[in-house]
Amino acid sequence: MTTPATPVIAATGLERRFGSVVALRSVAISVAAGEVVLLAGPNGAGKSTLLRTLAGLARPTRGTVEVQGISLRNRPEGRGAIGFLSHQSFLYDDLTARENLRFAATLHGLASVEARVMDSLNAAGLAPRADARAAVLSHGMRQRLAIARATIHDPAVLLLDEPFSGLDATSVVQLRDGLAAGVARGRAVVCVTHQPADLWQIATRVVLLERGAIVFDTPRQHTLEDFQAACAQSGGA
Amino acid sequence: MLLGTALVIAAKDLRIEWRHRTAFTTAVLFAVLVLLVAVFAHDGATIQLRDLGPSVLWVVLSLSTLVTLNRAFLLERENRALDGILMAPVSATALFWGKWLANLVLVVVVMVVAIPLWMIFFNIEPSLRIFGVGAVALLAAAGFTAPGTLFSAMAVRTRFAELLLPVLLLPFLIPPLFFAAQATTQLLADAPIGELWGWLRLLALYDIAFLALAAMLFPAVMDQ
Repeated sequence: MTTPATPVIAATGLERRFGSVVALRSVAISVAAGEVVLLAGPNGAGKSTLLRTLAGLARPTRGTVEVQGISLRNRPEGRGAIGFLSHQSFLYDDLTARENLRFAATLHGLASVEARVMDSLNAAGLAPRADARAAVLSHGMRQRLAIARATIHDPAVLLLDEPFSGLDATSVVQLRDGLAAGVARGRAVVCVTHQPADLWQIATRVVLLERGAIVFDTPRQHTLEDFQAACAQSGGA
Repeated sequence: MLLGTALVIAAKDLRIEWRHRTAFTTAVLFAVLVLLVAVFAHDGATIQLRDLGPSVLWVVLSLSTLVTLNRAFLLERENRALDGILMAPVSATALFWGKWLANLVLVVVVMVVAIPLWMIFFNIEPSLRIFGVGAVALLAAAGFTAPGTLFSAMAVRTRFAELLLPVLLLPFLIPPLFFAAQATTQLLADAPIGELWGWLRLLALYDIAFLALAAMLFPAVMDQ
């Protein structure tokens, strides 16, 4: 992990166009180790596009993304330091929960794969369903498995797109506690959510994205109600 | 590292295929259907069934290959699993070799079932020459799957993957198809090995050239 002052992930001048549609406009954001960024904004603001671009899965039209000082454009393997949970689970429906995690762990070149897989299954509360195919798991279980898949390699930065979606109250608390534990070890988190209350307790910074541009980026000082009022004023979240 | 990653990816693909055997079953059923059509449509007065054999065999094997290749990247589209692979520090080249290896194994398994069926339908007596046909099939399978893996990765990103793959791939299958059909004809006619060598060399050359080319272009396809 990196020292707290060093940005773990930094993007400068990010622009992403889809034909004539500009999804991201000159976005600059850097996240240091131990930071939890709550990324909010209305539908279509470009939040998911920003996360995919930060993850290196979408190539920016302009601008650069660096992870631990390594440009993703020149060294795509730098993506290995990122954990990414998107709207899609990245899971194979015909593999079991254990096989999905084993596959991810092996691709990341982890040592003692089986032990890591068991730890992840236990942390996700999925050990009793370890040998069930992903296709037969409930939505909440699949979400927990997808989160376990995204974090199995203990990434320096975690990008989460609606991680609380489909989780019951207990799982929300478990996920928040898990995120807090990772952050305490120096992990950086960027989280898009339409349920800011679920993350508010551990968020250290709030960023509001609107029509592809960052309209405010500030340390979390206010109450959740103030933040929601600010979002509502700008038509967001 | 590259080989290890490729093997992990290939093993994952084959495990998924083993679970429901969609591509295998479809390809074998397809092979049986084409063989049946060829046998029943054949006019014994104009051409001997045995003379028709090599061409029918290669029509069956190339079209069955198309059926199996279609599946290669479709399973990565499910839940955008391909993005999950790309998020790992894995080179696109390793991904290509892994996918190619899984495709090759699957196509060879389909051939292992289809060739004996072809022998039954076309009254081909079992002999040592059949091992020669097997060797030609292996070389041809390597050639079919090299551009096939590349094009299935390209096609899967479109809405018409199942339609686009044959359109892209079939022109590239013509050379190995021709070499393999010629080699099979020579084998069944008990031609001297010397006459066969030329076709086998051409098949091997095609394999090497297209494997190298596809492996080289694959990272650019993944980068889009």
